[in-house]
Amino acid sequence: MEPVLAIVVGILMTAAVYLMLSGNMLRFLFGLILISNAANLVMFTGGRLTTGAPALIPYGADSPAGDVANALPQALVLTAIVIGFGLLAFALVLVFRAYQSLGTLEADRMRVAEPEEESK
Amino acid sequence: MKSIILMTGARLLLVLMLVFSVFMLLRGHNEPGGGFIGGLIGATAFIVQAIAAGAADARRVLRVSPEALAVVGLGIALASGLWAGVFAEPPFTGQWYWVGGDSYETSAFSLNTVLVFDVGVYLVVLGSVLSLALSLEEEV
Amino acid sequence: MAGTPGRRSDLYTLSGALPVLIAAALFAWFLGMAPAVAGGEVLRWAIPWVPSLDISVSFLIDGLSLSFALLITGIGALVLLYSAAYLDGHEHFSRFTLYLTLFMLSMLGLVVADNMITLFVFWELTTITSYLLIGFSHAAPDSRRSALQALLVTAAGGLALLAGMILLGVAAGSFELSEIRAMDEPFTEHAMYLPVLILFLLGAFTKSAQFPFHFWLPNAMAAPTPVSAYLHSATMVKGGVYLLARMHPTLGATDVWTWTLILFGGFTAVFAMVMAVRQTDLKQALAYTTLMALGTLTLFLAAPVGYAITGMMTFLIVHSLYKAGMFLVVGIIDHETGTRDARLLGGLARAMPATTLAAALIGLSMAGLPPFVGFIGKEILYAGGLEMPGAMLVLGAALTANILLFATAGIVAFKPFWRPAGGELPKSPHEGPWPMLAGPLILAALGLGFGLMPVFIAEPLVAPGVEAVLGREGTVAELTLWHGVNLPLILSLVTFAGGLLVYLAHQRIRAMLAAAEARALDFDAGWDRFLDGLKAVAGWQTRILQSGYLTSYLMWIFATMSVTLLVTIGLRGGIDRVPVFPMLDVTHWIVIALVIAGSAVAVFSISRIAAIAGLGVVGIAVALIFVLYGAPDVAITQLLVEMLIVVLFAVAALHLPLLPREGFRKLHALVAVVVGGLTTALLMMASDGPIDRRLTDYFEIASWPEAFGRNIVNVILVDFRALDTFGEIAVVVIAALGAYALLKGAPDKEES
Repeated sequence: MEPVLAIVVGILMTAAVYLMLSGNMLRFLFGLILISNAANLVMFTGGRLTTGAPALIPYGADSPAGDVANALPQALVLTAIVIGFGLLAFALVLVFRAYQSLGTLEADRMRVAEPEEESK
Repeated sequence: MKSIILMTGARLLLVLMLVFSVFMLLRGHNEPGGGFIGGLIGATAFIVQAIAAGAADARRVLRVSPEALAVVGLGIALASGLWAGVFAEPPFTGQWYWVGGDSYETSAFSLNTVLVFDVGVYLVVLGSVLSLALSLEEEV
Repeated sequence: MAGTPGRRSDLYTLSGALPVLIAAALFAWFLGMAPAVAGGEVLRWAIPWVPSLDISVSFLIDGLSLSFALLITGIGALVLLYSAAYLDGHEHFSRFTLYLTLFMLSMLGLVVADNMITLFVFWELTTITSYLLIGFSHAAPDSRRSALQALLVTAAGGLALLAGMILLGVAAGSFELSEIRAMDEPFTEHAMYLPVLILFLLGAFTKSAQFPFHFWLPNAMAAPTPVSAYLHSATMVKGGVYLLARMHPTLGATDVWTWTLILFGGFTAVFAMVMAVRQTDLKQALAYTTLMALGTLTLFLAAPVGYAITGMMTFLIVHSLYKAGMFLVVGIIDHETGTRDARLLGGLARAMPATTLAAALIGLSMAGLPPFVGFIGKEILYAGGLEMPGAMLVLGAALTANILLFATAGIVAFKPFWRPAGGELPKSPHEGPWPMLAGPLILAALGLGFGLMPVFIAEPLVAPGVEAVLGREGTVAELTLWHGVNLPLILSLVTFAGGLLVYLAHQRIRAMLAAAEARALDFDAGWDRFLDGLKAVAGWQTRILQSGYLTSYLMWIFATMSVTLLVTIGLRGGIDRVPVFPMLDVTHWIVIALVIAGSAVAVFSISRIAAIAGLGVVGIAVALIFVLYGAPDVAITQLLVEMLIVVLFAVAALHLPLLPREGFRKLHALVAVVVGGLTTALLMMASDGPIDRRLTDYFEIASWPEAFGRNIVNVILVDFRALDTFGEIAVVVIAALGAYALLKGAPDKEES
């Protein structure tokens, strides 16, 4: 199944990159959501896929019964999702405040920190 | 768009979801769940409240500020990690105390720093997410 | 300064007295080790630091370290005492002694470190503290420039050294110098020998200011004189020499080593002495004689010959004694007369009798006259030079350098005191205070005392030092004033005659040299051009890479990522197997369809709500994937987060302007497809090979018996990797507080 998920990740990456390259900050944020999803899937798939067997140890046993899903990438992805959410929410607030202050969502017109050079 | 039905339902839902979130937190060590999931469910409960009755109402129900909750949670997580240092073990080594016995099998239940850590995670997630959602709701 | 009535001298404050006491105590402590070291013992002390990388904080005391440690602490105590008077009343006096003490401790760490990484850390600490000391008069642009120059040159060498050390450590299998030295197979046979040697030499040559990296040392004289006396004569610049001596058993005794050191050391020595005679500033003249000494030390480290190494060790001690003393004398002259110009100064003998005495004794030692220790040092160098390969070259360089050193000794130690003054002095000269006289007088007395009784340096310092450099077989030459009539003695006589001639003619020679210098290559100006060029390149690439446009930043990032991925995939031989696509059942098709549909809506829709809904669909599809492949915790988290994202965006996005209609961006689409395609290829390759499941296996086995948890994912999060999780929740808190501050604390909130 890994190759199929690799293609899904590729689709997500393509859409994410295209959205992020748009000058519009809202679209950029949409791209950010997709790229975090893609990144999480890369980690998850990289740990190999095991169908339908969560990494749980049955009661009465000392270790999982048979092959179970790889727990390590799951732990990584789980925290990555929450952190990704924190990052995204912060970015959303930042864009929102930038819009309030500057009155635009077009990244190329936000030039407070790096003003146009005079020669241009 | 305040609807009476939604407001009444939300209050009921809030209680149910909070109980559920704590349930998810506590069972997390052995079954799907844990501090992250519990915290997210808890935050969702208050956000539903905020959607139904306004952010101010959600804050009133919460009583403490979500930022304080998040920072306290971080402090609890840190303290649980440093507790191991008292026994000269590396930080964040789980410490277990059996009540009514001397091992997992014989004891009635256990006190452990791992659960305390997960409670910290729960509070951090709950507080942070709520802080984000409520202040965004209020400021736009 | 010192004369303000009613003011307590800085020497009697904590920051004045404590460093002197620390240095003196350390000196006494190291002196206590001398009998053991003289008996052939090697003292070692280690604690693990990063055991997984074989890095420990380890210290080793043998003859070489001990000689350096005694020079550092002994001269350090005298210099610190001296500074208390020299800088008495300076507004940053405490800062100065702090820097100087820190420097002393760093230097001490450098010479006693056994582990290479420990050594490197101290090496860099000396670089940083010397930067602070050279730039101590930070209000003067010259001083700042010199400090930065010294920092950049020595730190660049330090980086080379670090690379060399890592290479050596990996190649030899140990980072402990003592273990590397004790290895059976000589490292010089190793394939990595040449790269390691070059990197070490770069580090040593920049630190010890060997040609062509010499230019920073004379500039470093911008520092207050006690600093020059300490850093640039006795200690820091000798760090490079120490490193060469330390590495001699490991890297030395090859043709490359020998000839590189002979050529660079010899050239530096002669070049530096010519420049020294040219100077009119006494301090600059001394700076160049220091260069000469460093060159000579390097030169004599070239060969594994007992006589040469004995000469090196002796000259090292001799030079530190007379050069530190001489600098301190010049400092007194500067302090009490207000000038250091050799053309002006004269007739000081009457006004400053104690300084004159010190200067005379030190000058005689520096000139290499008997019965001073300088004579012994010079004799043994000549004797050593005779046994080295390229003896004529070595002797020629040593002879030239010594003749000019003799002349310089006359210019610095004789002329200002005994010859008539060349002009009006800025201040009427008078004797310096006792803390300033103590250093020069003690060093002068030692120069004479060791000359008469060389056994006091020979047995505890020189002999064990030579043994440390050469190993057990090293034959130590005997130190004595009278060897009988032999070639070294004849060479000494030639030195005296030549030196006298040069001294008498030095004003004419100086004029000639000044004319020649105007036409020669100016390294200092070259340095400026180098820096200008560097800044121009930096400016140019910043203008290209950091245009200030978000889209262009992202294009660079994605382009870099694509190239990196492409190269990696290419190097790994590409995808050599057609991936096996399993039969997809209906759930898989649903997931794929949801991802494609959701992404497409997000990309192409101009309705904000539709786009957000599209993203939600993608998020749910991803959650479904987690459900399908046994990750219930992740799936629940993903669902909850996805829901929260939709809520937050729905709240915020409706207060943002509509999405603008935009045409199809062909170039961006191309970049997107390339990045997406490469990610797919990379993931296919990555999941095709074998997987390292050691960690997972450990977690599966240990989760219940050790951590009492049945949900392995949760156990990893809250127990096995709890520290990571703690870092992550800290990030979440920071993000939330940051957003909170942005929303609630905005200055222009009231306006909107």
